[in-house]
Amino acid sequence: MTKRQKVLVLYLKFPSLEAEVISWATFDGTGQKLHMTGDSDEPPYPTGLDALLDGWRLFQSSQAIPEHPGEEFRTSYLKHEFFFEKIEEGDF
Amino acid sequence: MVQLLSTEQMAEFANSGCLFFDGLIDNETNKEFLNDIGHTDIENVDNMQKYFQNIKASSSIPRIPAGTPLKNAYPHKSPLEKIFQNEVVAGAINSLVGSEAVVDHQFLHLTFPTKYFKKTNQRQMSQVNHQDSTIDPRITFDIQLFYFPTDVTKEMGGTRYHPGTHLRIVNEMGIAKYQNIKGQKNIVCKAGTIGIFHNGLWHGAGVNFSDEIRYMFKVRLQPTEKQELLWDPEKKYKPLPNKALYWTDENQEKTVNDILMKSYPWQEADTNRLDKINTIKFWRMLTGNKNLDIDYWLTRIENELY
Repeated sequence: MTKRQKVLVLYLKFPSLEAEVISWATFDGTGQKLHMTGDSDEPPYPTGLDALLDGWRLFQSSQAIPEHPGEEFRTSYLKHEFFFEKIEEGDF
Repeated sequence: MVQLLSTEQMAEFANSGCLFFDGLIDNETNKEFLNDIGHTDIENVDNMQKYFQNIKASSSIPRIPAGTPLKNAYPHKSPLEKIFQNEVVAGAINSLVGSEAVVDHQFLHLTFPTKYFKKTNQRQMSQVNHQDSTIDPRITFDIQLFYFPTDVTKEMGGTRYHPGTHLRIVNEMGIAKYQNIKGQKNIVCKAGTIGIFHNGLWHGAGVNFSDEIRYMFKVRLQPTEKQELLWDPEKKYKPLPNKALYWTDENQEKTVNDILMKSYPWQEADTNRLDKINTIKFWRMLTGNKNLDIDYWLTRIENELY
């Protein structure tokens, strides 16, 4: 038996886990499923909290960084990023 | 006589970053384009690079140095010249980047079907989300014109794109980590469809699960003149007056401002407001009206008394 990590990245509508998922990515270290860009139109969970309720462990979230003076209205990457993991055991 | 875009179409472009003209190019020209590039069945293709090299060597698609005026770019009577002379295509180009636009680059994108990847023992993956070229904080914008010479079905994995992302300034594949984005679209269209993207629109190619090769011919065009009221040479456009905020009227007809202020499901609650502010700034540029506002977004923060 070996252990493998599955990673779920959720981008939320505002910086709280109760917020709606607006973007998502999954990386499966067990090799059971190959995820890729554009492979699903519906998020795996409606909110970040729903991912916790399904056993995903949060291990990183984005910080609140004040906008640079003079560039307050510049928009760029999605802001509210949350990384989750699940450790799976098996014969991979 | 070219057919310039309407104010509503310009507002749609300003808000979403894209416009589509479904099945615009006639079937005869589509067939001519496919014959010209030597389109064949996937069974006859052993090597993707070799197939592409043959297209470059034998088709009428010319080598175009960057910066060449569009009007001199394509051979007389070639399928591509016919496409660019189409009154709707020419009108859209003139409306967005002017009549003196130059070619930045062109590329014939080929997306091969599953059969090819199985035959060559390669992993078939979609293209990650990206914004073309590099970080681009200009107010000026380029357009990318896409031509689809065949029908594109859902299983063919037509270009994935994210409406409303074009004014977000990112660094090319810096957005690749977003595997899926709420509200993402895939182009499904009839042969002869033309799509026009703002150069900033986030996009990527899908996986082709059909049995046919998918083609998409892309040309990036750059303006050489200011992009103000190019679609409205008689300068008839007038901004709408302020309305009462948070006072909805269900019976009111949809206005140009409603098109401009449309939100998308991927936008964060906070940044969505900045997206609106940036769309208004973009509309100020397109209309040449530096004081224009919608829903008081800019007037409020420009009321600086100190």
